[in-house]
Amino acid sequence: MTITHHPSEELLLDYAGGGLSESWSLAIATHLALCPACRREVAGLEAVGGGLVDVLEPAACSDGMFDAVLARLTDDDAASVTVASPPSVPPAAAPILPEPLRGYIGADLDGMAWQRLGLGAYQYLIETDDGATARLLRIPAGRPVPEHTHQGQELTLVLRGAFSDATGHYGAGDFQEADEHLAHKPHAAPGEDCICLAITDAPLRFKSLAARVVQPFLGI
Amino acid sequence: MDQLLVAVATTRDRAAFRELFDYFAPRIKSFLMRQGLDAQAAEDVVQEAMVRVWQKAHQYDPAKARASTWMFTIARNLRVDFLRKSKRPEPNVDDPALVPDTQPGGFALTAQAQDAARLQAALADLPNEQRVVLELSFFEEKPHPEIAEHLGIPLGTVKSRIRLALKRVRSELGEDE
Repeated sequence: MTITHHPSEELLLDYAGGGLSESWSLAIATHLALCPACRREVAGLEAVGGGLVDVLEPAACSDGMFDAVLARLTDDDAASVTVASPPSVPPAAAPILPEPLRGYIGADLDGMAWQRLGLGAYQYLIETDDGATARLLRIPAGRPVPEHTHQGQELTLVLRGAFSDATGHYGAGDFQEADEHLAHKPHAAPGEDCICLAITDAPLRFKSLAARVVQPFLGI
Repeated sequence: MDQLLVAVATTRDRAAFRELFDYFAPRIKSFLMRQGLDAQAAEDVVQEAMVRVWQKAHQYDPAKARASTWMFTIARNLRVDFLRKSKRPEPNVDDPALVPDTQPGGFALTAQAQDAARLQAALADLPNEQRVVLELSFFEEKPHPEIAEHLGIPLGTVKSRIRLALKRVRSELGEDE
C-alpha cells in the first residue's frame, strides 16, 4: 500500500492531544492502522506531550493521597498481574477493514449490510457519539459522485479501490480533508468499487439541481 | 523515571512506585487543573491515573516511549473517557489488518525525543506564543478554531504557530526535514 495523501499535522496533533471527538478520531485511527509513517508521527507528537508534562508547574498533592492509592493497589494487585488482554481470535483470512473501524461495524466488508443509495452507490452508517456523521460509502467503479461542496468539514479515507478529483488521485489508505472551500467531483477509478470511510459534520451541498432533489432521499 | 516504571512492571516495586508518584502525581494534577478541574476533583482523577499506572505498567516499553510520554497518554485517555465520557478509537497493534512498520525507529523524533534533556531544552526555547498554542493543544484539548477564539487571533495564525513550533522542536532534536 503506497500512501501519498496523509492527514494534516494539525489533525494528527489534535488526535495526539486527545482533542478530537469520536468520529474524527475513528478516521485518524483507521488511517494510522494503514500508515506506519503517521503512527511514528503521532508517537513523536505524544513525546512532545510528554515533554510538556515534564515542564508543567507541579501542583502540591494532599498528604493522604499516596496512601489512598496504595490502599487500592492491594485489591487490584493480583488481578492486574494475571489478567492479560483477551486473545484476539484471528480470522481465517486477513480482514480488509482494519481496527478500530472493523469493531465499529462488527464485520468485515463481506459481512456488511449495505444500505442502497441509488445510482449503484451504497452506504453504511456508523454509530458515534459526537453529532458528526460517520459512514462507509461504496461508489461503483468508474462512476462519479455528483459534484458537491461542503458546509462543514469532511474527512475521507479510502479503504479499497480509488477515486480522483481535481486535487489528485486517492488510493487505499489515502486521506482527504475537505472544507467549505472545496467544490469537488470525485470519480471512482475503474476496476473495482471505491469504498471509503467518510466523516462529515454537515450535509454535503450538491451543485446540480437533480442531485439536490434526490439528496434528501439519499440521506447524505 | 523509565527504569522506575520498568521496576514497577517487572518486580511490582513499591518504592519505585512511590518515586513515580512523587514525580508524576503533582504534574498530572497540574495538567488536570488546567482543564478547569478543582483541586479535589483533580486529585481524584490523579489517584485513578496512578492506579492505572500500577495496573498497566507491563504494557510500557522503554524502547518506544519515555515514562513522561506514557504518563501523558494515560492522563489524556482518562480525560477523554472519564471526564468527557467520550471515546478515542485507537489502532490495535495485534490486528492482522494493521500494516506493519518495516522501518523501525525510522522517525527520528520518536527516538530522539527519548533524550529528555534535549526535548525539554527545545520546548523551553520556543517563543512564548508558539509554546502557548502547543500547550493549549495538549493540555486543554481545544480544537484549533477554539484556540483561535480563546487567544483572539485568526485560525490561520494558530495553524502557522503550531507548524512553526513543531518544526522548531524537530530541528532542535536534529531531525532531518
